[in-house]
Amino acid sequence: MTTLLELKGVTAFYGASQALFGIDLDIAEGEVVALMGRNGMGKTTTVRTISALLRPREGAITFAGHPTRGLAVHRVARLGIGLVPEGRRCFAPLTVEENLAAAARPGSWTQSRVEELFPRLAERRAQSARTLSGGEQQMLAIGRALMTNPRLLVLDEATEGLAPVVRQEIWAAIHALKGQLAILVIDKTLKELSRVADRCFLIERGRTVWTGTPADLTPELTDRYLGV
Amino acid sequence: MSRETILNLVVLAALFLVALAASLSGQPYLVTLATKATILGLAGIGLNLALGYGGLVSFGHAAFFGIGGYAAGILASAAQNYEPLMTWPVELPGTTSMPIIWLTAVIAAGLVALPIGALSLRTGGVHFIMITLAFAQMVYYFAISWPAYGGEDGLSIYVRNTLGTLDTMSPWTFFLISYALLLLVLGLVLMATRSRFGLALAMARQNPLRLTSMGVRPFNVRLTAFVLSAMAVGLAGALYADLNRFVSPTMLSWHLSGELIVFVILGGVGRPCGPLIGAALYVLLESELGRLTEYWQLPLGIILLLVVLFARGGVIGLVTGRRSHA
Repeated sequence: MTTLLELKGVTAFYGASQALFGIDLDIAEGEVVALMGRNGMGKTTTVRTISALLRPREGAITFAGHPTRGLAVHRVARLGIGLVPEGRRCFAPLTVEENLAAAARPGSWTQSRVEELFPRLAERRAQSARTLSGGEQQMLAIGRALMTNPRLLVLDEATEGLAPVVRQEIWAAIHALKGQLAILVIDKTLKELSRVADRCFLIERGRTVWTGTPADLTPELTDRYLGV
Repeated sequence: MSRETILNLVVLAALFLVALAASLSGQPYLVTLATKATILGLAGIGLNLALGYGGLVSFGHAAFFGIGGYAAGILASAAQNYEPLMTWPVELPGTTSMPIIWLTAVIAAGLVALPIGALSLRTGGVHFIMITLAFAQMVYYFAISWPAYGGEDGLSIYVRNTLGTLDTMSPWTFFLISYALLLLVLGLVLMATRSRFGLALAMARQNPLRLTSMGVRPFNVRLTAFVLSAMAVGLAGALYADLNRFVSPTMLSWHLSGELIVFVILGGVGRPCGPLIGAALYVLLESELGRLTEYWQLPLGIILLLVVLFARGGVIGLVTGRRSHA
């Protein structure tokens, strides 16, 4: 499999304070990768550097053969990175349909295909996003990212704050998406992550400390780096 | 149909009927007032595209209004004086044909708006307001100090420009022309705001960063809105010059930029017909209160204050409630 995204020795700062000290990460075409680590270890910061919302100080980020350093945020997104940011973030006053339509870029993902994946969105088509439940908003945020026809879907806190039933729907959707595009997923539920991910990256204090398959993830490792 | 759509249709019909009744009962002054409201409403609808839908508070749209006006004035005066507009590199005659004048006004306003927008949109908030004002003032002082077309005294258009064989000097005919253009621009604005461009514009107002990570550059969307908005205002300027048969730097002054913003706020920010209602109210107050007192702008100020404090959705918001959309 060819490498889609590669981060090599990425460091990043918020002002004067360093958040990333050396992130190494790679995702192959079509692969599902879980990014794990305790709160404050740099998961979201890593996602922000991947989507160019935050500029890395050192290191290299390559996506689909293009170095993304110096590219504007919208250019990076157009290379094929669909971001589902933490906390869902839909455009609240706009309807479900409008949220989806505005994101559309040519490709196999269309509104009807998104509605097939999330039938609830079809029911809520004409409702404004602010009237949706948290789970529906997350579905909409994922649908919006898919409408850009990305090669990599990035899910930051995929199921955080959602009811257990809804979480299952989101995980089912991620399983359904597996194989169709590469996915980088961040979440707190180790069990579900292990079930869907091909590989895991553990990060601690802004560094990649371990890489392997979910099967290799020993209790010692999860104890030490995830505190579970 | 939503209540707002019904209200919009009522307002458009009322404007038309007032002008019709005035025309039939032989009150040309009233027809001219209705025409003035129509043209200023058209300008307000143009500004609303940037201000209401895009959240771009431009305090410099008088520049585009004036440029439209001067396009009409300069072309007409060249034609009426039988002087060529320019002799180099090609000889260009003036014209009194309205469609050519409109097209020139729209293109000129758009061409000027492009660099102004490109520079202003690098800023935001108060800085955007001030820099658009600064650009408009540059155009204003240029017009004052440029003697070729009247400078501070302005430029007269002796006879209204022509549209086919229509008698454009007839107030009713000129009202119809302005009204038709108002409907056309209103339709185009509605189409634009409901298109993907309009969605992106609303998103750029709500959260530009989120839009960016969807692969759309907010700057491009805003610049397009700014230029389109200026073009509509330029068209209104050309009509306004024809209405008064006079162009002067007053059309470029910052007072006018402020008035355009007042129309939008009075009627309802981001509402398709809001600026038309705002402009109609303004014209009405100006003519009715203006008869009673020279200081008619004092009550206008109080009304504006009340609208801003208690009716954030403007007159349309008062009638139809909070907007459900964008």
